[in-house]
Amino acid sequence: MSSVRVLVGTKKGAFVLSSDGKRKQWEVSDPHFAGWEMYHLKGSPADPNRIYASQTSGWFGQMLQRSDDGGKTWAPVGNKFVYEGTPGTHQWYDGTPHPWEFKRVWHLEPSLTDPDTVYAGVEDAALFRSTDGGQNWTELAGLRNHASGPHWQPGAGGMCLHTILLDPADPRRIFIAISAAGAFRTDDGGATWRPINKGLRSQYIPDPNAEVGHCVHRIAQHRARPNVLFMQKHWDVMRTDDAGDSWTEVSGNLPTDFGFVVDVHAHQPDTVYVVPIKSDSEHFPLEGKLRVYRSRTGGNEWEALTKGLPQSDCYVNVLRDAMAVDSLDSCGVYFGTTGGQVYASADAGDDWAPIVRDLPAVLSVEVQTLE
Amino acid sequence: MIRVVLPAHLRTIAKIGGEVQLTVEGEVTQRSVLDALEAQYPMLSGTIRDHVTRKRRPFVRFFACEQDLSHESPDAPLPNAVATGAEPFLVVGAIAGG
Repeated sequence: MSSVRVLVGTKKGAFVLSSDGKRKQWEVSDPHFAGWEMYHLKGSPADPNRIYASQTSGWFGQMLQRSDDGGKTWAPVGNKFVYEGTPGTHQWYDGTPHPWEFKRVWHLEPSLTDPDTVYAGVEDAALFRSTDGGQNWTELAGLRNHASGPHWQPGAGGMCLHTILLDPADPRRIFIAISAAGAFRTDDGGATWRPINKGLRSQYIPDPNAEVGHCVHRIAQHRARPNVLFMQKHWDVMRTDDAGDSWTEVSGNLPTDFGFVVDVHAHQPDTVYVVPIKSDSEHFPLEGKLRVYRSRTGGNEWEALTKGLPQSDCYVNVLRDAMAVDSLDSCGVYFGTTGGQVYASADAGDDWAPIVRDLPAVLSVEVQTLE
Repeated sequence: MIRVVLPAHLRTIAKIGGEVQLTVEGEVTQRSVLDALEAQYPMLSGTIRDHVTRKRRPFVRFFACEQDLSHESPDAPLPNAVATGAEPFLVVGAIAGG
């Protein structure tokens, strides 16, 4: 019988939540790496027992952990992330050049086919790859060395590379996103990159239509239709049908189009989920009502999903890596909040229930569907 | 034998129960002690000193014999009591943050 394993990264440790395919009864693990910021955990699609985890601390820096038994036990792997060559500078908040400095790993993306290959998106923004199970890391420096690199600027959360999408149809194509530079694509396995931000519009930057400088919060893709991407930008929900060559806004009837997460139903490429957040200065839901919005039309037409979610006095946030979907027949949707709740829906968002209510602030949520 | 006391999080990472005991060849300095520590526990590389610059991480401090040695040269000799094992070399996570 199928089962699911939800991997939750929090401000003070990681948790593994397990259930059978009904997704009604859940087992919640004790904290792994208690006291550490766990930015992201993700399992290998090629070997579900292989899980990578980013463990960070303001005191002791970056650790990378690996499990080969589905998250029961862990061992540290390589934590040396060194930029290729002379790192150079990007733009600092005040507009002056600032040296590239490694701070932490935001996102880990295991290869679709090889359990030993994994990509890491880091702050200050760069993409690294390991081909030996995380022991050694090499920068794919063509990204950071793009001509626009010296003009990239950090967002409020730092200059992080937070999204990595590996194209299931073309192993040489990768999409990434950086706050606040924008989205980029490689078609040659990471050697060269180009910005894919045409159609994005951001207030207050010198050229609102500039090709870099956009605060992209998250990008999502359906495996069956890899050229269609959905983006939650700082403001605006966007869609591309040509692998990022051009974007159009699909915020439609959302009550606010600010937010962090976006994800796509496992079996319906036009069913998309976002969690609207009031504004960039008030990072909580509108009217104290936690609502997931679902579009069944690939954007523009959105419906509020509220059943089982708090509809009063709720002032949590849902961070960019904190939503995931499983691939069971009835698609499960999961998200975590800065209030420590992890909510699950086993019916594509119609009904919700908390798996757990009182974890530390949730930074990331991933789910593995196990046969 | 050099004695080193690590903060709790680093003891957990290295799976160490109590004090670490190290053999240090040559002069006993911050650098030689930390080199020996990282050789014995490679998973601690990068957690006390930056991988590239080899500088102390900002929120890590070094103490011994009731002295804050954090700003001493990494190549300065540590107190004789540390070199003889009478006193431990303390690696401390700064008391800051939440």
